[in-house]
Amino acid sequence: MQNERKIRVLIAKPGLDSHDRGAKIIARALRDAGMEVIYTGLRQTPEQIVETALQEDVDVIGLSILSGAHRTLFPRITELLKQKDLTDVLVVAGGIIPEEDVPEMKELGIKEIFGPGTPTDKIVQFVLENIPKRT
Amino acid sequence: MHALTKIEEIIQGVLSGDRRNIAKAITTIENNTAETQKLISSIYPHTGKAHIIGITGPGGSGKSTLIEKIIRKYRQRGKTVGVIAVDPTSPFTGGAFLGDRIRMQELSTDQGVFIRSMATRNYRGGIAKATKDAVKVLDAAGKDIVIVETVGAGQSEVEIIKVAKTIVVIFAPGLGDEIQAIKAGMMEIADIFVVNKADRENANKAIMDIQAMLQLNNKEKTWKKPVLKTTALTGEGVPQLIERIEEHKHFLERQLEHKRSREKAEAELIEAIKEKVATSMIEKLKREGKFEEFLKKILKKEMDPTSAAEKLLNEKFRNKV
Repeated sequence: MQNERKIRVLIAKPGLDSHDRGAKIIARALRDAGMEVIYTGLRQTPEQIVETALQEDVDVIGLSILSGAHRTLFPRITELLKQKDLTDVLVVAGGIIPEEDVPEMKELGIKEIFGPGTPTDKIVQFVLENIPKRT
Repeated sequence: MHALTKIEEIIQGVLSGDRRNIAKAITTIENNTAETQKLISSIYPHTGKAHIIGITGPGGSGKSTLIEKIIRKYRQRGKTVGVIAVDPTSPFTGGAFLGDRIRMQELSTDQGVFIRSMATRNYRGGIAKATKDAVKVLDAAGKDIVIVETVGAGQSEVEIIKVAKTIVVIFAPGLGDEIQAIKAGMMEIADIFVVNKADRENANKAIMDIQAMLQLNNKEKTWKKPVLKTTALTGEGVPQLIERIEEHKHFLERQLEHKRSREKAEAELIEAIKEKVATSMIEKLKREGKFEEFLKKILKKEMDPTSAAEKLLNEKFRNKV
């Protein structure tokens, strides 16, 4: 008997800021949408995030950042993902990311940026619609 | 040479210890695809080398924090470690929040450590249906130690006994009535008891309670279940815990060794009896001339050797009665 395939999501907080309320709300919304959400806690290095994504074989990585260090940390993360051949993972981000940085972030391969006030069901919807097909 | 199929690639990757393929193999097992059985039967011959430790106990007792310290100690000894950390699936939404890694994240980049979070997917008993075979993947991939962390368990979540060789049951003082927490199941499945958060004031009381319970139903004399104190946050008591785990491992090996020596001795004895009985019987038959008589019948094709032997033996035993 074949089981239903579950969507696995990693919610990670790169960098040094110590507020994870937003990350936890997103984690909960995705869980309530039937996904398996792996949460790693605060202050994760890009290496830790990518290694975790690899070991957990996730379909989606959600990055939450408030510190303003996204222009340093996100390129490192997307670079490591390429190095580890994790190219079929959907990467999205949220938190405080200025409008003018969004094109640069998308250039890196981050599919969508969700700013403060984004309704959680919009995020769930986006994940469901953009999840990479795997066999 | 044909190109490897996806599942063959995963199998090869697991056997060479490749982390990406270990992860994919576990996903394959969790999703129970058409290829899962092929995967399991291909890796099965390569399993059995790892020591599998089950860590169970009530939620909030400090399982994840203690596991992090256990991993560090094993890494200092040069051992590689795999972890399956199980958390519950919501029976209402089918989703799960897997947070056991939070305490172990510093180890996530250590190439000698592989940590996988797993949702129960509504399997009962404190683990997931896929846990047992996921352990086999880590074993086949060459991990020396595989640790399974169950969901926060208190009474009947004893499925771990089917997976682990050494079971550590953890309690913490102040979580409620300690004896209530351990009334059924947990007492029986434990090989080692740990009272964690030993810096709390009721720790000694908890230890005494457990020891008293053990004296009541300590039928099993071969392995005396130790009760240890740890403070996972500081790592206090963890080296002693590792010693006990290793002792239990050796105990199991001795038992197995004992069983194997017995089986070997039995086979040798049977062989020796066959040899002796046959030799003395043949000598006797020769002395009596019976051997020659039947040999001639066989040569004349009046009888086949098996029937001849049967007839000879029947006569022999009838004479005895």
